[in-house]
Amino acid sequence: MAKELWKGNEAIAEAAIRAGCDCFFGYPITPQSEVPEYMSVHLPKAGGVFVQSESELAAINMVYGAAGAGMRAMTSSSSPGISLKQEGITYLAAAELPCVIVNVMRGGPGLGTIQPGQGDYFQATRGGGNGDYRTVVLAPSNVQETADFVQEAFDIADQYRTPVVVLADGLTGQMMEPIEWRPVPRRQLPPKTWAAGGKKGRSHTNVINSLFLNPEECDALNQRLTAKYSEIEKNEVRWDTALCRDAEVLITAYGTPARIALTALDLLREQGIKAGLFRPVTLWPFPEQALRDLAAEAHVRVILDVEMSSTGQMLDDVRLAVEGRKPIRYLGHAGGIMPTVEEMIEAAKTALKEAR
Amino acid sequence: MLKRIIISGFGGQGGLAIGKNLAEAGMDQGFYVTWAPSYGPEMRGGTANCSVVISSSPIGSPVFAESTELIALNEPSLEKFEAGVQPGGAVFVNSGVVTGQVRREDLTAYYIPCAQIAQEVGNPKAGNMVMLGAYVAKTGFLKPETIEAMIAQMFTGPKAKFAPLNVEAFRRGMACVG
Repeated sequence: MAKELWKGNEAIAEAAIRAGCDCFFGYPITPQSEVPEYMSVHLPKAGGVFVQSESELAAINMVYGAAGAGMRAMTSSSSPGISLKQEGITYLAAAELPCVIVNVMRGGPGLGTIQPGQGDYFQATRGGGNGDYRTVVLAPSNVQETADFVQEAFDIADQYRTPVVVLADGLTGQMMEPIEWRPVPRRQLPPKTWAAGGKKGRSHTNVINSLFLNPEECDALNQRLTAKYSEIEKNEVRWDTALCRDAEVLITAYGTPARIALTALDLLREQGIKAGLFRPVTLWPFPEQALRDLAAEAHVRVILDVEMSSTGQMLDDVRLAVEGRKPIRYLGHAGGIMPTVEEMIEAAKTALKEAR
Repeated sequence: MLKRIIISGFGGQGGLAIGKNLAEAGMDQGFYVTWAPSYGPEMRGGTANCSVVISSSPIGSPVFAESTELIALNEPSLEKFEAGVQPGGAVFVNSGVVTGQVRREDLTAYYIPCAQIAQEVGNPKAGNMVMLGAYVAKTGFLKPETIEAMIAQMFTGPKAKFAPLNVEAFRRGMACVG
C-alpha cells in the first residue's frame, strides 16, 4: 500500500469518515481546527452530517442526541473546549452512549497557549465530569497511530456503549507524516437495539436518560458501569516498549514526548547508557500490571517520567503501578514547551547516577 | 542519512510549502520523513517556519535543536536560526529579500536570488521552486527527477500549464549553485 503524507488533524477526520462516522459536531479551536474544516468538506460527501455548532456545549449535546439515535457520532476540540464538554461527557457515560471525542491538547491551565500540551491527562483518565465514570483513552504518538486509533475508537465505543477519547497533542495534530490507510480490524458489534431511533414496530419505547431519581436505579447503573469498566480493563489495556530488555533507566512517556524519547534512547545507547521506553497506549485503562512487572525487573534501577505537564499527571499512575519498588524522577514542561532530546538525555543520566 | 532542515520566512513566501515538497520527495524516495510547522497567531504577515526531518531510519523527534541546513527566506529567519545550524552545516539565503550575510565562518552559505530568477523564468510565484532547486543540487540526496515528477503531480487539470514553468524555475535554482 502506498504511503501518503497526511497532517495529523486531517488524518483524524479522514479516519473517522472511513470508520463510518455518521455525524460530526464541532467548534473551531487551535490546534485542531483542521478536523472540523476537513469534516465540513468531506463528511457530507460521504453521506454524513456536519454541524458547526454555536458552542462546545452544543456540540457535545448534539453528540448525545445523535448517539442516542444510534448514529456513529463524534466531536473534536482542544483543551479549553474539552473542558466545556465535560457536562455532556458525564451524561454520555451515564446514558451509556457510544461516541468518539478527540482532544488535540494544548498548554493550559485556563485558555493557556495554542502550543502542544499534555495537561489534560487527569481530565481524560479520571472522568472530567461529575460522578463515577471512566472513558477509554487512546493516546497516539504519531500520525499513523492517530489514523488507526480514531477508526478503532468507534468500534470500542460501540462494543462497550461508552465514550472513547482519543488524546493527541498539538504537535501530532499539526505535523505531517507518511501513513498507510491500512485496514483496521473491525469488531463484531451487537445491533443497537437500545437506540431511540424510532419505534419501528417495537412494543416498548427506548429511553435515553442520565437521570435516575430512585437511588436503587442509580446504584444499579453504577454497578453496571463498574462491571463494564472491569471488562474494559481486562480486554483493552495496551502499551508499547522500546529497548526495555536490559534497561537500567526506564523512561515512561506517551504521545509526543514518547516519540522524542525514541531519539533520546538511541543517543543514550550510543553513550553506553542502557535506556528503555515504556509507553502507555491506553491511558485508561492504564497498563498498570505491565509497568509493575517491568519495574520489578532487577536491571531497572530508576524510572524517569516525561510529560508536557509542569506538575506531572501520568506520574501518579506510574507511581501507583511501581508501588515504590524503584525511584521515580520527573521531567516536564508545560505552557507549550516540548521536552527536548538533550534534556531527556541529561535527566536520564542524572537519574541513573542518583540511583547508583 | 539524516537531514534536519529548518525552512523559515514570512507567511505566504512558501516556506511551509518548500518543507512539504522536501518531505514528500523524501517519502517518494523511500526515506522516513516528518514535517512539523510552527503554528500561531504570527502566521499572517509574520514569520512562519517548519522543521523537516528526512532520515534513512525511523524518526523519533520531529523537532530538534540543531539543523543540518537552514533555508532562510527573510531577514528575521536568518537572525533567528543561524545560531542553531550545526557546525559544518549549510545556509540557503533568499538573497533578493535578505540583505544580511551569514556571519558564522563554519557554515557554507549559498545566496539565491529566488525572486529574480523566478521573474526571468516568467513565473514570479515560483521563487520557492528556485530555492528547492538550489537545496536539491547542493545536498544531493534527492533526485531532480523525483522533484520534477512531484511538480507534475502538483499541477494537474486546468493548472497543468503551470508545471513547465515550475520545472524550469526548479532547474534554474539547481543551475545557479551549480
